[in-house]
Order: sequence, then structure tokens, then C-alpha cells
Amino acid sequence: MKELSLNILDITENSVKAGATLTEISIIEKGDTLTLIIKDNGCGMSDEILKTVENPFYTTRTTRKVGLGIPLLKLAAEQTGGEVKITSSTDKDNHGTCVTALFYKNHLDFTPLGDVKETVLTLIQGHPDTDFLFIHQKDENEARLDTRELRTVLEGVLLNTYEVLQWIKEYLNEQYQLL
Amino acid sequence: MKSLAELQAIKDKMKDKVVIREGVAGTRVVVGMATCGIAAGARPVLNAFVEAVNDEGLAQTVTVSQTGCVGLCQYEPIVEVYEAGKDKITYVKMTADKAKEVVAKHLKGGKVITEYTVAGCE
Repeated sequence: MKELSLNILDITENSVKAGATLTEISIIEKGDTLTLIIKDNGCGMSDEILKTVENPFYTTRTTRKVGLGIPLLKLAAEQTGGEVKITSSTDKDNHGTCVTALFYKNHLDFTPLGDVKETVLTLIQGHPDTDFLFIHQKDENEARLDTRELRTVLEGVLLNTYEVLQWIKEYLNEQYQLL
Repeated sequence: MKSLAELQAIKDKMKDKVVIREGVAGTRVVVGMATCGIAAGARPVLNAFVEAVNDEGLAQTVTVSQTGCVGLCQYEPIVEVYEAGKDKITYVKMTADKAKEVVAKHLKGGKVITEYTVAGCE
């Protein structure tokens, strides 16, 4: 992947596929570290499956036998000296998955973050029925978008209506000026 | 600053349009957005379709959606066009520029761009 924002898009697609009604995407930049947390309330994975997701030869897709989403994220993190941790639960009352990736930004092999706003817009465009809480913190500042708040205002008008997407795009641009 | 009141105004404007749209058996544009598609550049292709469909005034009849892996990863980004009563058209190795062209010539003009399809590429 050319940008970490594309990894974020890819990993979050897994959350949506796992039936998550809410996926929280947090990017926390502090000093020379960048921590990415993608936490969902989807169906979760059993310990058995959890052990295999870092293996490129495990995948949920049915069209072929390799899955590179998590391995590519792991590669991007580890090549900067960081790591990826995944916890998951299939518990009836508390199911979901949390992927945490740590990157060292000053490392030569750090993949640039890229256009995160575009990733958020793409997720909302493709999955207007699920909610996303997006938070990007840089030292003391924060950019934030919560689709649940927008949904309350929209009352049934789809989040991926073109005019709404344009509003979100401009809103995100403004949020990013705070960073 | 963007305000929620502004979003409220968009909602009020769109409420009526939603009703019209439900009754239309329109065209579906589906972009492959699995790991393979994303890595090959599907994100700008998707967003180009969303923009161009709106710019060409086709928002009421064309929907743009996302899907997983189509199974032809070497041809990604892949875009499938489903039109009522017609065979599915599969465009391969798409770019944002090709996407705009497909919207103008195929979705608006009704002419399939054969050289961008899986058949034209082989």
C-alpha cells in the first residue's frame, strides 16, 4: 500500500464485513509515534481464527486463498520498528475486534499517512448504514467526525447522498485545519 | 465553520428526492474494494465515479457502490456496470480519468468503451 490511509480503509472494511454497527478509527500522533486503533463491535473472532489472521494464507474471501490485509499492515508497522496487536471477542454481550498498530514516524521506512479524509469519505460512501467514529489527534489537537451525530440530523436521508458527502468533505477539511 | 444547521437544510432539500429515486430501476456501478482493489488504486476510481455521476446529472438513475474481491486481482481496479436488461460490463485496470470517460460515454452516452473492458484488454 502506498499510503497508510489505504491500510486503514482496507482493515475497516473487515469491521464492516464482520457486521459492525459502529467502528471507531483513531489515529494518535504523539512525538515520533503514530498509533492507529480500529475498534469495532462486529461479530469478533474465535481464538483459533485470531491466531491465523496474520498468516497471508488465511482469508475470509471465497474467490481465492490468500488474504493480505493484516499482513500488509503488520509489514508497514514492523518495518518502522513498531508492531500490530489484535484482540477480539465473540462474547454475546461484548463482541468485536480491536486492531492496534504502532508506527515510528521518523523511521526511514515509515509509509506516509496519505489522505485519511478520502478514506473516511470512501467508507461512508460505501457503508451508509453503519456508523463510524473518526478521531485524529496530533499532540494536543484533534480532528473528529461522528456519523451518529449526522444521522440524527439527517432523519433517514442517506449519509452517502452526494450533497451530504460534499458537506462531510468540507467538514473534514475544516476539522483538519485544527490539527 | 460547517454547521449542523446546514446539514439540516440539505436534509430538507433531499427528503423529496429520495422518494423519486426509490421508484427508478437504474444502473448500478460497482467498484471492487478488497485489499487487491485498494492497493491497485480503487479509492480514487470510486470517488471519480461518485463525482462524475453527479456532475453529469445522473445521480437519480445511477448508483455507485462497493464490493469485495471480484476474483481477477491482476486486473484491478475493476468496475462492473449493471444496466437493466443488458449484459454486465466489466471494466478493468481503471483510473480516475477512465472513470470520468466511462460516465460520459457509457453511462450518459450509452456507448460501451470496449478497450477498457476485460474483453478489450486481452
